[in-house]
Amino acid sequence: MKKIEAIIRSEKFEDVKKALESKGIIAMTVTEVRGRGEQKGITLQFRGRTMEVDLLSKIKIEIVVDDSKVDTVVKTIVDSARTGKFGDGKIFIIPVEKSIRVRTGEIEK
Amino acid sequence: MNHISAGDTAWLLAATALVMLMTPGLGLFYGGMVRRKNVLSMIALSFIAYAIVSVQWIVYGYSISFGPDIHGIIGSLKYLLLFGFYHKVIGDVPALIYVAFQLVFAAITLAIVTSACAERIKLSAFLLFGLLWTTFVYDPIAHWVWGGGWLSKLGALDFAGGTVVHISSGFGALALALAIGKRRGFGEYNMEPHNIPMTLLGAALLWFGWFGFNAGSAVAANASAANAFLVTNTAAAVAGLSWMFASWIKEGKPGSLGFVSGAVAGLVAITPAAGYVNVSGAIAIGIVVGVLCYNMMLFRIRKGLDESLDAWAVHGMGGLWGAIATGIFATRAVSQYTGLIYGNFHQFIVQILAASASVAYAFVVTFIIAKFVDAVVGLRVSEEEEYVGLDISQHGETAYT
Repeated sequence: MKKIEAIIRSEKFEDVKKALESKGIIAMTVTEVRGRGEQKGITLQFRGRTMEVDLLSKIKIEIVVDDSKVDTVVKTIVDSARTGKFGDGKIFIIPVEKSIRVRTGEIEK
Repeated sequence: MNHISAGDTAWLLAATALVMLMTPGLGLFYGGMVRRKNVLSMIALSFIAYAIVSVQWIVYGYSISFGPDIHGIIGSLKYLLLFGFYHKVIGDVPALIYVAFQLVFAAITLAIVTSACAERIKLSAFLLFGLLWTTFVYDPIAHWVWGGGWLSKLGALDFAGGTVVHISSGFGALALALAIGKRRGFGEYNMEPHNIPMTLLGAALLWFGWFGFNAGSAVAANASAANAFLVTNTAAAVAGLSWMFASWIKEGKPGSLGFVSGAVAGLVAITPAAGYVNVSGAIAIGIVVGVLCYNMMLFRIRKGLDESLDAWAVHGMGGLWGAIATGIFATRAVSQYTGLIYGNFHQFIVQILAASASVAYAFVVTFIIAKFVDAVVGLRVSEEEEYVGLDISQHGETAYT
């Protein structure tokens, strides 16, 4: 079991959600976050002065799936969240030891 | 010196203050509908529009709108800086409060237009556009209809500004939207309103202020003002429900945003008619405008047109319907004017003519002004500035930290 943590453009979230849904991936946790990548945000040239916007608002999606589904999820996110420009985001894959369903106490490994 | 009525003057002072509150109210109404990175910019545009017109109006705007008529087209510059106005009386109120009352109308009209450039206009470009727009679009139309110009000589009725305020701003917004172009990502990304309660609060302030707008337009504390007050409320309530039911049938759920959009559409449509129709006329006007404006909004979205906050659908089309409806429902029960329901075909035609002339003039002149400003200073912010939002790029502030 793996946790997929994807940081994506806020405005692409609806597309990503729809794309995942069409692949049968329904369960997810979503957070509004702020962050920056290697480019250190965006530098604006504004009437001769430079202005740095170093933290941009992004969406973080967390999805826990069986190992066999990881590639599908990653490919779906990459395809639906990409614009080809800096700031498209990143995906992290983290091993998950086990998950427990609160309602039933059922344990999944 | 004419007699000054204390009652009429007191009401006009209060009504002016009520209408003033509508402009920041409109800022909140619009501000809730944009994305969170542009909310300050959106509210600020209304405040700035208010300030630009406040200055322009007392310097020469009032004069070219309400000054001595030149060939039915425009007023003269005789009242520049309101020289000698302290002792002047208009009707039975001091001229200065009449000037102020007309000022707040001119101000909100420019603020309504900001719908079309939401989330993408350069602040400096708006300053220039705003000054030119209020001078070359609002002031001439105000003169034609209220200042003794050719439309008033023709007998066109516009009690509180259906043509002058709403048609001019609505169709002006349509032209500006075409000139400035879509927001980046329009139709691709999700651009949902970021704060609907803010929009509802703005709508409440608009509804409240509109009592000053319409009942104040009687320029007296009398039966006509009382009638305008009540029909205004009636049309707003009916149109809110009518939009709500229309969207309920179409979308399965009635949104709160739809309800207040309908209420504003009702306020718009009753504006030209408030002094000429009774409550039954107001009900008819309200029912039609709610369904009409809702469908105009859907039409606008289907066409992929980014007139972002629907000034055209609500103010333009609502104002157009209101102007025509005045020629239908005007009744002798309220004033000496009558409409189609009394078989007065002439008034009906005059209303259509006046509305059409204003639609065409506002659209064409706004488009020219927008293209001119674009050529001189550039209307839009850069792609990156638009991406991070106008709050940071134009004002150096963020709304929510």
